[in-house]
Amino acid sequence: MKKIKNTAGLQTLRQTLLEAQDPEMPVVRVCLGPGCLALGAEKVARAFKSAVRNKKIKARVQPLIKGTGCHGFCSQGTLVSLSPANLFYVRVKPEDVAEIVATSLEQGRTVERLLYSDNGARYRSAAEIPFYRAQQKIILKNVGIIDPLDINDALMAGGYQSLAKVLTEMSPEEVLKTVEVSGLRGRGGGGFPTGYKWRRAADNARENPGPVYVIANGEEGDPGAFMDRSIMEGDPHKVIEGMIIGAYALGANQGYLFVRHEYPLAIHHFSIALRQARNRGLLGKNILGSGFDFDLQINRGAGAYVCGEETAIIASLEGRAGEPRTRPPYPAQEGLWGRPTVINNVETWANVPHIMEKGADWYTGLGVPHSTGTKIFSLVGKVKNTGLVEVPMGISLGALVEGIGGGVPGQTHFKAVQTGGPSGGIIPYELKEIFTDYHYHPEEFIAAKKEISVDFDSMAQTGSIMGGGGMIVMDDHDCVVDVARYFLRFLEEESCGKCLPCRLGLKGMLEFLNRFARGQGSPEDIDALESLGQALVDGSLCGLGRAAPNPVLTSIRFFRDEYLAHIVDHKCPAGVCRDLISYQIDPETCNGCGLCAQECPEACITGKKKKLFTIGQEACIRCGVCQDVCPVQAVQVA
Amino acid sequence: MALSLLLIYGEKSKMREILMKTRPQDLDSILENYPRRPQHLIGVLQDVQAAFNYISPEHLARICDHVGVPVTQAWSVATFYKSFSLEPRGEHSIKVCLGTTCHLKGGERLAEACERDLGIERGQTTADQRFSLDTVKCVGACAEAPVVMVDEDYLGRASISSLKKEFKRR
Amino acid sequence: MNAKKESKKPPKDNLVHFSIDGRRVQAQPDWTILETARAHRLHIPTLCFHPAIHPWGSCRLCVVETRLNDKVEVTASCLTKPVAGLEVLTHSSRVMNVRRWVLEMLLAECPASREIKELAAQYGVTSTRFAILDPEEECLKCGRCVAVCHEVVGVQALTFGSRGVAKKLETPYRVPNNACIGCGCCVSVCPTGALQARLDTVRGDLSRRTGHGFAH
Ligand SMILES: Cc1cc2nc3c(=O)[nH]c(=O)nc-3n(C[C@H](O)[C@H](O)[C@H](O)COP(=O)(O)O)c2cc1C
Ligand code: SF4
Ligand code: FES
Ligand code: FES
Ligand code: FES
Repeated sequence: MKKIKNTAGLQTLRQTLLEAQDPEMPVVRVCLGPGCLALGAEKVARAFKSAVRNKKIKARVQPLIKGTGCHGFCSQGTLVSLSPANLFYVRVKPEDVAEIVATSLEQGRTVERLLYSDNGARYRSAAEIPFYRAQQKIILKNVGIIDPLDINDALMAGGYQSLAKVLTEMSPEEVLKTVEVSGLRGRGGGGFPTGYKWRRAADNARENPGPVYVIANGEEGDPGAFMDRSIMEGDPHKVIEGMIIGAYALGANQGYLFVRHEYPLAIHHFSIALRQARNRGLLGKNILGSGFDFDLQINRGAGAYVCGEETAIIASLEGRAGEPRTRPPYPAQEGLWGRPTVINNVETWANVPHIMEKGADWYTGLGVPHSTGTKIFSLVGKVKNTGLVEVPMGISLGALVEGIGGGVPGQTHFKAVQTGGPSGGIIPYELKEIFTDYHYHPEEFIAAKKEISVDFDSMAQTGSIMGGGGMIVMDDHDCVVDVARYFLRFLEEESCGKCLPCRLGLKGMLEFLNRFARGQGSPEDIDALESLGQALVDGSLCGLGRAAPNPVLTSIRFFRDEYLAHIVDHKCPAGVCRDLISYQIDPETCNGCGLCAQECPEACITGKKKKLFTIGQEACIRCGVCQDVCPVQAVQVA
Repeated sequence: MALSLLLIYGEKSKMREILMKTRPQDLDSILENYPRRPQHLIGVLQDVQAAFNYISPEHLARICDHVGVPVTQAWSVATFYKSFSLEPRGEHSIKVCLGTTCHLKGGERLAEACERDLGIERGQTTADQRFSLDTVKCVGACAEAPVVMVDEDYLGRASISSLKKEFKRR
Repeated sequence: MNAKKESKKPPKDNLVHFSIDGRRVQAQPDWTILETARAHRLHIPTLCFHPAIHPWGSCRLCVVETRLNDKVEVTASCLTKPVAGLEVLTHSSRVMNVRRWVLEMLLAECPASREIKELAAQYGVTSTRFAILDPEEECLKCGRCVAVCHEVVGVQALTFGSRGVAKKLETPYRVPNNACIGCGCCVSVCPTGALQARLDTVRGDLSRRTGHGFAH
């Protein structure tokens, strides 16, 4: 690979690459994102490869993402798209490949049955599908289109153009100003203004000369979110470009990509991207002939949610256990090795090149005042269209979950949405309609709105947070006490254990909730739990403990009735909490296959084959195995 | 998984290169990749964990010597992070996802079923050293919940019966 | 520590003027709220703070409520430096809520400790709603011993292993550590006497010690 010497060289290369493209060349893109992989995308890709090789037709199997990262519409995996025919096939199985190759690649016709259909309508291309139509893909534009392992693909798609612009046309101060004016806020959860953070670090570095560091936070510990993963795996160059631009503005010469080790593919794609960028002269000494030096290094997280916290990342990079320390001093004042350090989420970094390219004014035009730009959400749980969506901020919760997400299958409305992961809260369906009078918003904006808007400030109003972008939709079969318990258990396991309120408080809160889930406790205990939660909010050392009570506090706030149902009536309305339910076999439905009796670990299901089976309630441990194996859904919760 | 994908695309040579890089045969070649500085402690531990499946006392001592930290610090690091194991792990790793979505869709039941089936608790290894059972928090395939990872493969919409089959197959 | 601070005596206008519980106080530029309070003989309870080591901020007993303009926060006074005009409340209801819960949880965490019981009683906490795991336990994992060993003695004989609720004060592989020089500093800083009881799990064979110094 030849080094690019200057910005003119970058343009020439891009031109040459684009001209070398044959627009007639058919390209097959197989989604190898985690969702599709779990459905056997690997086999589909392999089938394409061998079918094309055997037939010797002119097609290049270009998997859109080699390995993972995703096209967004995971519920319809495996996704295959063909260009230039602009066809979009869903639920592709390895058996379908031969037909696609024969029909679409060779004869140029469409395989109708593999098109996405909804409510009787068939959609030929992705852009027409309602799920995609309502989105505005900026950060995810290239994800699913380019080959992340080939820098040429990224260059053709406009990669590193912003860098070239910044290095030749803008001073570091201008870059800083642009980020400030754009109103970009951190996508890692806190929503801290990025420009302000950078400014502080730059000022500190000026007062106290020496090295400055930039770090991309790719820890993404929120269980149920995979936005950052898809960026890192699908378009690593965007993150790298953003970091070089940031480093230029801050005068940093060294940066770190901190990626969680559960994402081996992201690490792999980054390492290849870094090598290719270095070979192209886009990273390292004298970038694009500008005299500016900057290099990046990958560090793998070692498995700790708390290592998403900035000071814990720093501890980790310095080779210590990931215990957060108190802030201030903030990393922008004293970070890695005691030097000013800017830590941003990978999505935040990926925003930077776009802002530089199109300007701060364009960016503030997206979203709403005080929450500009777009945000990626991973929409999962009990919702029809699960997957990754990118929407402008300020979209209503209803439009997101019911519009793009398609609502809850088989139910008229969702029960609640859990946002922000373990640090976030539970927003009930009713709030979708209630409007919050948030003073940050201009009057007319509020007046026009009926539903809660998905932006940093409105979400905070409900007691939840927008967080990294995980959105878990719950329906009537999900118990809020159980969900609150789930998050507490998660956090208890992940707490670093340094400070007392967090280490012991989470355990204590869990003890309360465990009692509730068994139908024990008193209504006063709910108040005690709230007050203990407040003690954690006030007393904890880092953001983990300070935000940890959120799922509990919001669920008490909006679903106190459900708590009371557990404690007073000893009932779990959703039918989840084990000690408050029993499993029963519906005599009408049971076909007497006996599978449940075979699988029951306690052997407490009795009956005769072809006749009715019954569950012995005394011995039943309510493991739910019978319900899982029953082919006719005869096992019901009472 | 990256490796299996390279396999699909027939990039065997590349695969071997990666294999060589991440799975060196002995400790010395791992240590060679790292300058003798304390900040490389975690990186070395990760490579040793990947190569040997666990970190033995002898290795820990040599690592400390190399990067220049007291064993006490390495101990606190190795026990703090979840990805390190100080005891040998099984041949196959089974990771039941207990991320939020998988939890809602019955991941906990799956984990319990695995415990019963394998006769071990999560975090443990079977007596014949064949399987290690762990839980993870979201593997990013939430759309296919509940998900179980067996070695490098994702099993989407997993059920107790599909898991049992999978255990037998290995 | 105070002696050291006073010897520096920066010019008067360098002092930070703020208030604690309505009383006007002055702090040297690098003092924390806790140090200032102590210098003015105002009481704030602490457990993990010790003048010989860097404040670590683990017990959170020393929390205070701070107000500046509209901003109300609850922070650890042993770690927070005051700014001019700050209003500090050492016994507000939010503060007391944190302290009471911490103490109630501590009663379950280290039930054997007389010091903790006495302290809790001062705040009206005499019983606990939480499960007691080990009735003999005295250690609250405040971290003083670990810090003094590392920062003052210059050895790292003991550390915390694991994380979260599983966090344990231990030595590598839970065997006595020959790096220990047997100086006893850890025992002297321990607020509950927990370390006295477990010294032999830390101190290895002194004749084969691998640490530095001859402090004993
Ligand atoms: C317990 C905890 C976990 C966090 N996890 C993450 C994470 O997984 N990813 C992330 O980007 N930020 C995470 N953060 C936020 C970071 O501390 C930090 O604010 C963020 O990386 C800053 O980047 P931003 O300004 O671009 O959001 C976490 C914070 C806390 C307190
Ligand atoms: S032994 Fe004493 S000094 Fe050490 S952590 Fe426990 S309570 Fe604190
Ligand atoms: S993984 Fe294929 S669409 Fe998400
Ligand atoms: S929650 Fe299991 S894959 Fe995300
Ligand atoms: S004395 Fe301040 S946190 Fe313990």
